Amino acid sequence: MSFYVVQFLTGLASAASLFLVASGLSIIFGVTRIVNFAHGAFYMLGAYLAFSLTERLSGTLGFWGGIVGAALIVALIGVVVEMVLLRRIYRSPELFQLLATFGLTLMVEDLVVLIWGPDDLLGRRAPGLRGAVDFFGQAVPTYDILLIVLGPVVLGALWLLFRRTRWGVLVRAATQDRDMVAALGVNQKWLFTSVFALGVFLAALGGALQIPRDAVNHTMDLRIIVDVFVVVVIGGLGSITGAFVAAVLVSELNAFGILIFPKISIILVFLVMAIVLIVRPWGLFGKPEAAARQTPGLSVRPWQPLSFNERLACVGALIVAAALPLLGSNYALIVGAEIAIFVIFAASLHFLMSVGGLASFGHAAYFGLGTYGVAFLAKFLGFPMIACLLLGPVLGLLGAMLFGWFAVQLSGVYFAMLTLAFAQIVWSIAFQWVEVTGGDNGILGVWPAAFVATPARFYWLALFVTAVSVTLLRVLVFSPFGYALRATRDSGLRSEAIGLNSKRIQWTAFVIAGTFAGISGALFAYLKGSVFPDNAGIALSVDSLVMVLLGGVETVSGAVIGAIVYKALSIWLVSYTDLSKLVLGGFIVLIVVAFPKGIVGTFGSLVDNGRLPFFKRALPGASQAEGAE
Amino acid sequence: MSMAPTLLAVEDLSKSYGGVHAVRGVSFSLAAGEILALIGPNGAGKSTCFDMLNGQKTPDRGRVQLLGDDITGRPPRAVWRLGVGRTFQITATFPTMTVRENVQVALVSHANCIFNVWRSTPAFQRDEADRLLELVGVGGYADRPCGELAYGDLKRLELAIALANRPKLLLMDEPTAGMAPRERIELMRLTARVAREHAIGVLFTEHDMDVVFEHADRILVLNRGALIAEGSPDDVRRDPQVRAIYLGEGLVYDARHREGAGA
Amino acid sequence: MRPGNLLLSGCLAVVMAGMATAATTTSALAQSEIKIGEINSYSALPSFTEPYRKGWQLAVEEVNAAGGINGKKLVVISKDDNGKPADAVTAANELVSSDGVVMISGTFFSNIGLAVSDFAKQKKVFFLAGEPLTDAVTMSKGNRYTFRLRPSNYMQAAMLADEAAKLPAKRWATVAPNYEYGQSAVAVFKELLSKKRPDIQWVGEQWPPQGKIDAGPVVQALAAVNPEAILNVEFGPDLVKFVREGNTRGLFKGKSVVSFLTGEPEYLDPLKDETPEGWIVTGYPWYDIKTADHDKFLKAYQAKFNDYPRLGSVVGYELIKSAAAILAKANSTETDKLIAAAEGIKLGSPFGEITFRKSDHQATLGAFVGKTAVKDGKGVMVDSAYRDGANFMPSEAEVEKVRPKD
Repeated sequence: MSFYVVQFLTGLASAASLFLVASGLSIIFGVTRIVNFAHGAFYMLGAYLAFSLTERLSGTLGFWGGIVGAALIVALIGVVVEMVLLRRIYRSPELFQLLATFGLTLMVEDLVVLIWGPDDLLGRRAPGLRGAVDFFGQAVPTYDILLIVLGPVVLGALWLLFRRTRWGVLVRAATQDRDMVAALGVNQKWLFTSVFALGVFLAALGGALQIPRDAVNHTMDLRIIVDVFVVVVIGGLGSITGAFVAAVLVSELNAFGILIFPKISIILVFLVMAIVLIVRPWGLFGKPEAAARQTPGLSVRPWQPLSFNERLACVGALIVAAALPLLGSNYALIVGAEIAIFVIFAASLHFLMSVGGLASFGHAAYFGLGTYGVAFLAKFLGFPMIACLLLGPVLGLLGAMLFGWFAVQLSGVYFAMLTLAFAQIVWSIAFQWVEVTGGDNGILGVWPAAFVATPARFYWLALFVTAVSVTLLRVLVFSPFGYALRATRDSGLRSEAIGLNSKRIQWTAFVIAGTFAGISGALFAYLKGSVFPDNAGIALSVDSLVMVLLGGVETVSGAVIGAIVYKALSIWLVSYTDLSKLVLGGFIVLIVVAFPKGIVGTFGSLVDNGRLPFFKRALPGASQAEGAE
Repeated sequence: MSMAPTLLAVEDLSKSYGGVHAVRGVSFSLAAGEILALIGPNGAGKSTCFDMLNGQKTPDRGRVQLLGDDITGRPPRAVWRLGVGRTFQITATFPTMTVRENVQVALVSHANCIFNVWRSTPAFQRDEADRLLELVGVGGYADRPCGELAYGDLKRLELAIALANRPKLLLMDEPTAGMAPRERIELMRLTARVAREHAIGVLFTEHDMDVVFEHADRILVLNRGALIAEGSPDDVRRDPQVRAIYLGEGLVYDARHREGAGA
Repeated sequence: MRPGNLLLSGCLAVVMAGMATAATTTSALAQSEIKIGEINSYSALPSFTEPYRKGWQLAVEEVNAAGGINGKKLVVISKDDNGKPADAVTAANELVSSDGVVMISGTFFSNIGLAVSDFAKQKKVFFLAGEPLTDAVTMSKGNRYTFRLRPSNYMQAAMLADEAAKLPAKRWATVAPNYEYGQSAVAVFKELLSKKRPDIQWVGEQWPPQGKIDAGPVVQALAAVNPEAILNVEFGPDLVKFVREGNTRGLFKGKSVVSFLTGEPEYLDPLKDETPEGWIVTGYPWYDIKTADHDKFLKAYQAKFNDYPRLGSVVGYELIKSAAAILAKANSTETDKLIAAAEGIKLGSPFGEITFRKSDHQATLGAFVGKTAVKDGKGVMVDSAYRDGANFMPSEAEVEKVRPKD
């Protein structure tokens, strides 16, 4: 019996740090609607700074001073980030801020290694809290007791802050209705800044409090960020109590789950999230979101099919691309093929996001299923390459049919997180089902058939499939189905009132996007010759989001440019510098500031406003986005 | 009018929210080609009533029949398929499309081509879309982004969208709100003409009593969720209960000369 | 300039600097050079790869100081793989088709090692794997193009199982990261130990996800099955968390612990004074190795970098030394000749002479087995002894059975 009590307490201690970070994320999201990918980076910075401060300051006061001091310093960094970077892009398309915070995260990961060195750092133990107390023969660490108490204390403090102060009331009002606060005459800028600072402070405090338990290292951010998102969503966006309950729920399920299924941790949080979202689409404590108002910055300049000249320009670009084997080295062709494959992948997500308004955070699932589809057919059934390429994506299609059906019942961030959960389920099946998938050692030896074995021929194949896929997706955008899909995105009320079955339309779009992702995955398997679970991993899903956002989510085909720029740059940087994340992150931050609507979107605005008259009507996809403010 | 077949029959429609009776036992019928106004003070239950007619909300009790078919609780898209067009109190259109495309989407839906993936929508029944836009008076804006239209024009666009369905029944929730007085008259005249030509039944709510008394064949008066009066404009105008409610609100509804009465 | 613009200028500067470095790295082609390609997880795993890089840099310097490879200068072109197999294949492609290297070497993670080894097989390129431990590299997925330097999972398990068999403990529990490396380490260890000691029982196992251990509940769950001994395969930050929770909760008290890799400075040093005492571990006690071969390496390393070597340093150093020896022996850059030269080649290492076995292309490099202890507030390995890899390799018959025929 005492064992179960202690296991429960241990779960509570784990929940405390999760809650601290999650509450910060929830507050930030509630008010600013920013999906703050950098939250994990702030958590990590908190830990690193706390390590440095507690090494220098001695005694009990020094230790706790170091912890709080670190959190305060990181909060200040957060203020700078908010004022310098995020303020410029609040009016950008939805999720664009995700791109900025992703860039920051990349930078921070390399920066901490530059500043603190590559070794894992062992932080000081809390003075007086090194040991454990005996509970009927079971040891309960005293530091755990502190954390167990701290969770509810922070919850209570936040509750008081939000109920008993004018600032808190404003924050709550803003969480419920952003436009209303602007109407109240509140200085919205400072409200946002202070909310961001508080959220970052909580994240950094969560990180700093880990130093007596953890090793401070440069992967802390990614270890926590996804779990924290999951906790926030399970609890219900914007609900602090929900975040607390969800953190406890997840931690306790893990603590007791591993007693029965020792391998459950790897997938547990995602299973819980998937179940919660299917049963309660707004999380445990969330409220159904009020019918979304016009998304800020949503394009009002309608899309147009390409003119004759624009089509000519596209064909010209394709001919130039097809001529690459005459000029480039084999390596250039291999990179070219990889970029082409990612163009399909990004375009498929772009279709879902920009036409359907459905931002998937787990699009890699269908890419990964495509790779495994090919690998199974080629290795187990010995199918020839053409058959594999045609049938492999079917696995992506089937996955999208299954998961999409559940996912389209939700919208907004909940949709995004459910897709993420599904992607993680796919990933963990690939990872765990060693007998079939080879686990993380993957499936090897998926090489192209002789007739496309040379880099040039494979490149042409990839280019051909890409050209066909992008064209098909474009045709789809302007087809009746594409318009019906856009209709469901623009106004659910109106589209239902004119006889459109939104869910079925969105589901179809999901399946189409999943199939094209599967096609890109199928090609990717042959390009690399081997298939691994990371083909369905979070990193790849994030990459695809970044490509779409970089190109411009409000454009018809911005993802094409986004994929080319991002993929080419990242391959080049990884090849030439160990600090590729720092440089790539910096580049993304600059792009976010320079092109607040994505590269193609911003370029289109300039053309529309007559600032680049030369390009008017000469550039594909240039005249689609809204005029600049 | 009584000779025309019954288009819509509503029996004992009721809906309450947490103990508050928003709509209580409302029954009425509407004939093809008839224009019926549903009026009542704010909070009388007009919008809830509307929402239950086209499936936006499910009634707690009661029945809605369209040409003899029970459509109670069917979703809006099913109701549309049976030939019902609707406009909203707060307009709902597709802001990222052009004005013409807004109508074309409705035409696509009417033609049951939603899952067609290869035709070009911008070319889809373009003439028909333009005809409808001309009809409601926004033909000149066909290529403009819908998000740029003035509010009154959005109302007209909504009417065009509803007409794209070749409806048997039009449900119009405050169709003239936000329009100048002359525009209101024009729009309602147009609606009346189309309704008579194509034998469309029209049910509308309206705050502007000039519009109501000029164009309605019959008027239903709703107060606190219940029907308190029903009849021709003249009957309703004379009804003491109605007078009491409206006088209590400080509204004078028989002042036909009044200009610019707002919602 | 406003502070905001200053920060953005900072970003710009970083981008420019990054591109400038990138542009200048491309070196001119020289006839008198032999280029070999090297791939590792530099950005994903700096704590291992930084010392590793120093190791191979030292080796390159020594090789060239001694006249290069049959008179030609040895050049190593090094690429980051971002910790992803797909990126590693891109890098391998670049090395082979663009940089014109004569062989590929390196890699850390098992899946990356396998991806590159399959690439090598497909493109018929010589691949010398450094660190990836999975047995598959030389056994079930082995191929004639791939050789491996470090003692495999099997070999390390065999070394530890030898020691574990001497313990009185009968009730064993295991904790390992939930991926192939952890799974196969546990499986091989269990098999080998059970063979030696049919009397022992496996009473519990824990499989926290790699990099995301929730140490408190894991420690509790292990304690709950009341084992007499524990096999640990955790490493890196997970190990630190596990040890800290285990210490606080008294998990290790009165229990024997056998642990993979924990004696390697990469994983032992971060534990500082919290190093648990008396664990039986494999590792690299650089401070305690008194052989001429190692002394020479240690002095050269410390002189060049003013730092002590980690195990990664030895791997990097010996990787390039092996590559150089193979190239010198082959006196050719043709893949077939390299393979012929590598099979059975003998060469020196900081740990003594090693050879690459012909049957499975596994090197006989061994590891040190010893016990952990705390000395001057630092974790160290004591009572350590070198185990020659040759004595712990799977038998030729087993290789014959498992390894695909070329």
